[in-house]
Amino acid sequence: MIGVLSELSYWQVTSIRVGAGLVAVLLVAGTLVYAHLFKMVSFMQSRLGPMEAGPYGSLQLMAEIGKFLQKEDIVPRRADRFVFKAAPFVVLTSTFLLLVVLPGGPDAWFISNDLGIYLAMAVSSVSVIGILMAGWGSASKYSLLGGLRATGQLIAYELPLLLAVVGVVIQAETMNLQEIVLAQANGEIFGWGAIGNPFIITQFAGFIIFMIAMQAELTQTPFDMPVAESELVTGYMTEYSGLRFLLFFIGEFATAGVFSAIAAVLFLGGWYVPGLDPADNLFNVIGPLVLFGKVVVLTFLVFWVRFTFPRFREDQLQRLAWKFLVPLALANIVVTGVLKVVV
Amino acid sequence: MTVTERQQLSYIAAQAADARVNLEIETEGMTLNIGPQHPATHGTLRIVAKLDGEQVVAAEPVMGYMHRGYEKLAEVRTYPQVTTLINRIDWLGSFANEVPFILAAERLMEVEAPPRAQWIRTILFELSRIANITLFLGDMAVQVGAITPVFFAFRDREHVLNQIEAATGGRFHPNFDRIGGLKDDLPAGWVAETRQAMRKIRRFCDEIEELVEGNEIFQARTRGIGVIPPDVGLSYGLTGANIRASGVDWDVRRDSPCGLVHDQVDWKVWTHPDGDSFARFWVRMQETREATKIVDQLLDGIPSGPIMAKVPVIIKVPAGEAYVETENPLGVMGYYVVSKGDLNPFRVKIRSASFSNVSITPWLLKGVYVPDIITILGSLYFILGDIDR
Repeated sequence: MIGVLSELSYWQVTSIRVGAGLVAVLLVAGTLVYAHLFKMVSFMQSRLGPMEAGPYGSLQLMAEIGKFLQKEDIVPRRADRFVFKAAPFVVLTSTFLLLVVLPGGPDAWFISNDLGIYLAMAVSSVSVIGILMAGWGSASKYSLLGGLRATGQLIAYELPLLLAVVGVVIQAETMNLQEIVLAQANGEIFGWGAIGNPFIITQFAGFIIFMIAMQAELTQTPFDMPVAESELVTGYMTEYSGLRFLLFFIGEFATAGVFSAIAAVLFLGGWYVPGLDPADNLFNVIGPLVLFGKVVVLTFLVFWVRFTFPRFREDQLQRLAWKFLVPLALANIVVTGVLKVVV
Repeated sequence: MTVTERQQLSYIAAQAADARVNLEIETEGMTLNIGPQHPATHGTLRIVAKLDGEQVVAAEPVMGYMHRGYEKLAEVRTYPQVTTLINRIDWLGSFANEVPFILAAERLMEVEAPPRAQWIRTILFELSRIANITLFLGDMAVQVGAITPVFFAFRDREHVLNQIEAATGGRFHPNFDRIGGLKDDLPAGWVAETRQAMRKIRRFCDEIEELVEGNEIFQARTRGIGVIPPDVGLSYGLTGANIRASGVDWDVRRDSPCGLVHDQVDWKVWTHPDGDSFARFWVRMQETREATKIVDQLLDGIPSGPIMAKVPVIIKVPAGEAYVETENPLGVMGYYVVSKGDLNPFRVKIRSASFSNVSITPWLLKGVYVPDIITILGSLYFILGDIDR
């Protein structure tokens, strides 16, 4: 595959990558919206969900997109027009940048960077700026409160998210996501290597912390104080309509997909399935699908929690981050480091 | 009394500290209009909250957006026509609204409904309580952020509404109570179906207990939030589950029954010592269970006989005045009816529970955070029609 790509000219490679990126974001987001938001949740709440558009309601999302595109793009009179209009794009940018470092197979990657996970964690913070822009630019009190809450929350939970990753990095001895996958494929658990070493087993605490912090980064319930619909209407998204709301909406689900993909790469072995040679060319074809399967499983957990729990209050979720998750993550790093040296 | 004084003092101290900070860094307060169009007020209540950051400095409820003038409209309608209006006061438990007015009219006319009518009246009264409170049990979870329980609430409330519809012909506005009895007798097979519905409601209560009440986040969000001491609650005229959650053992059904047969069955008035949002949720949960028990026992012993007492076709109520109150789903509801011997009441004053329950909010919301406003409003549980009439 590398060979094929190197024979193409720059613009061809770039268009393939852009196309793959769009597919990876939009298809994943669309699937998650349909499978989880429309159907799974409906079954949990003892209703059917959309049934009319397409077979079994499968084209409902297309109908929704058509609806949003037709709606008027309203900008509040006192809004900061440029900031208001740019905010959804900033949020979506963060999602696409996150995708860049994700490997989908031995040769199917966008960039292979030795600072991969570091880059991912760094660009994930860009969305905070977009949310703050939306909250400030809307000239609405609900939006402002939502934006401020979101900023405080995202900054608080970035720390446990990052610290949870450190354990994996210590164990894999690399920050390159591609090599983290290979380390899991070729690794062994205390001398037993039949299934490799998916880090969810040896880094279980890290996995739990990562999932909780991820839930908070995605502002999903129980950490959805910034968009708390029963008090702040929809927080920083309150004033948005039409296409710009759609961008926020897609961004929310695409980010859920991409974050889950990162979790899958870090803890579940990414594109690798046990029993096959990780260098096999087959993985360039089935790798993205395997990764997608793992993403669906992880996002199921995210949405299951989202539709079951009530939400934390602002001070309670800050307390959870600083007093529980951060110390736990630090302890996890210490234990991992000691074991790494000893074993 | 000591509790409130201490609370007020600590509040004043916090205010003074905040004022010093505000002088130093020159922060500005912000006025947030919650409502009249807002998802949390399920209707058109408006709360004007003055905020300092996320903390409420002062809050004032603005009522009257839904005022429909029922008290005045009742003056130009005959007595049987008034029930059509007052059905729409607390629209979730409509039948319960009719009962105190009809009882007041019966007292003025000095007629009494036959025993069978009284028993069925009590059953429907309790059914409308269940229809009302099941929605609260789901809705309270929505207020603190969990959206799934409310779907369960709507699903299981349907069983009760079906029974009300089968008996009265109306799901929301039965308009079934008549002076001297009821419009119709029960349909065949109704008793067995109602028993089944009660079983489903009890299962629903178990479900909510596991899903919501036992949830740690729910407890963290509601325990110690919006504490109402009993004396303050009484002085603001709180009634119903709101005051029982503060430890006041007072239930009109037990303490001053009139016209309904709650004294014929074995049931318990639940109270909770804490007075916080969780206590209000808990008391309502127990009340729903208790109501299913009352209905079950009443179903066993419905006496036979006529459904209507002998009343003239054209109802003229003799001159006089009467006040009757009953323990409605939202609290004590009373009707003060003045008659001058005409076809129409001369004056009707409606004492609705939600109006008093909401009036405590300026006291209760001082010093809480914005998310807690919603929790507290949710736990006080008001129906906008019941506030504005």
